[in-house]
Amino acid sequence: MLMVFIWTFISVALILLPLYGSVYTISFILSILMYIALTQSWNIFSGYTKYISIGTAAFFGIGGYTTAILGSKLPLPIVIMIATLVNFVLALPMGFITLRLRGPYFAILTFGLGELVGHIFLWWEMKITGTRGRMIMPVEQTTVYYSLLAIAATVFFTAYIVKVSRFGLALQSIGQDEEKAETLGVNTTFFKVTAFALTAALMGAVGAAITPRWTYLDPYIAFNPLLSFQPVIMAMIGGVGNLYGPMLGAAFIGILSEVLLIRFPYYYMIMLGMILIIVVHFIPGGLTGLIGKKTRPSPVQLPTPS
Amino acid sequence: MGGIYALTAIGLNLQYGLMRILNIGHGELVMLGAYITYSLYSRLGLDPMISLLISGPTIFLIGLSIHRILFRPLIQVSVSLEVLEVNSLLISFGLLFIIQNLALIIWGADMIGYTYLAYPIKFLGGVFPANRFIAFSVAILFSLGFYLFLRFSLAGKVVRAVMQDKIGSQFIGVKIFKVHSICFGLGVAMAGITGSLLSMIFEISPFMGLSYTVEGMIVIILGGLGNILGSLIGGLIIGVVESIGSYLTSPDLKMVISYSIFIAILLIRPKGILGR
Repeated sequence: MLMVFIWTFISVALILLPLYGSVYTISFILSILMYIALTQSWNIFSGYTKYISIGTAAFFGIGGYTTAILGSKLPLPIVIMIATLVNFVLALPMGFITLRLRGPYFAILTFGLGELVGHIFLWWEMKITGTRGRMIMPVEQTTVYYSLLAIAATVFFTAYIVKVSRFGLALQSIGQDEEKAETLGVNTTFFKVTAFALTAALMGAVGAAITPRWTYLDPYIAFNPLLSFQPVIMAMIGGVGNLYGPMLGAAFIGILSEVLLIRFPYYYMIMLGMILIIVVHFIPGGLTGLIGKKTRPSPVQLPTPS
Repeated sequence: MGGIYALTAIGLNLQYGLMRILNIGHGELVMLGAYITYSLYSRLGLDPMISLLISGPTIFLIGLSIHRILFRPLIQVSVSLEVLEVNSLLISFGLLFIIQNLALIIWGADMIGYTYLAYPIKFLGGVFPANRFIAFSVAILFSLGFYLFLRFSLAGKVVRAVMQDKIGSQFIGVKIFKVHSICFGLGVAMAGITGSLLSMIFEISPFMGLSYTVEGMIVIILGGLGNILGSLIGGLIIGVVESIGSYLTSPDLKMVISYSIFIAILLIRPKGILGR
């Protein structure tokens, strides 16, 4: 009952925010929502299957460029839908190829993919269009806000559906023991690739929605490797493989980064590195892992070192 | 460039082949080596070749501490190799952030450099800039020397024994943690030396590290994980392929070429060209 109350309160507060919030507050909440949506979508695939993907930037960037190219011709919601579709379609073959590898190979490969896509865009901008970056058609902040809010809600809803469905169960079984899952008749390739593409589509939507916030976009912004690391770190800190962990982690680090990143970028990054190391060493279940032990065990936890 | 890649890759390979630590922060130690040499040269006027004797051991010690503080506890608590691999990857990302931003605070974000031996010399009928020639020779010398050391010395035999069978070598009295930490130190020391050599040729910046880590990974995957000779050969191959590739297409595509090679090898021959 309490949870329902809290959720209703948060939802109403977020929906009505543009009515009472200042431009700065909205922009602040916008960033937090972006982190939450990215981390939650990362969690749908990587959190359950334990295939650590460090390629968020690839899909985020493709989404961003969709807005950069089509933003002046079409209204934002349609652009976002196109970006979602494009990313889903692109991620299917990418996932099919990369998901044959496991563990650190897969992680490095996804990172390589992100960089590769970024460099291709960079080369394309310099050689073919002869530009370096492009201006973005400004969109009203309220529109951006509601688009992103809708995406964040969709991501959360998707994550919920995945968690309670057979689909999510299949992903969890892959994360626990892929060979066994396959022996028991789970079509692992199908589930992995679909979940990977689903994640990619959601990340692309976030990229497309947030881009009008910047007036200018170039491959260094759109494919910033930091975008690939942050969801991993945030999810790790919050707790992987459940619904609230990624949200908690993303909100925590998101707020920290909004407050510190602009003012003390270097110290912020050093701190982020330290937090990452500490979490891996001492709290492998993340923040929700700490709380979860007291209330109820979450169905999937990181492999806790004994 | 081939020799440089080979040396970075051997260092990285030593860490992964032996301990399953995939150190994304490896390139940051290349960067650190470059900055140490740069600082010694610009502040004290120390010859970069001599500063190799300082940067190498310094980074060796840094490596020992990194291993002791960050990775050794991780190896002790990790339940399986897979968990260890992923955890060490995340830890080394943390390491990357920390070292890179410390460098940004100390030296600033600008590209800096100095000129050293920038005159042409003739060798075997070709003309090379002297600094490149020296860097290449030193890199090859170190790589080859290390390979021979592993191949023929008793200490090398111990390292190879641990690589092949950790538990078995423990039975016959090898202190594996000692071997691990020394090899980790040696691995990153090679990164540091690479950095010192690089600073003779190119301008350096705190952001240079990651690209060398990636090159190193491409090379060890090409040459086979844990295979030191493979890394040496792989490094040379990648160096040649990259320069020909970027000459034929365009220098801007250099990174695209290396990433494409990387992805192609991972997919076609994940065991490497010399793999069985």
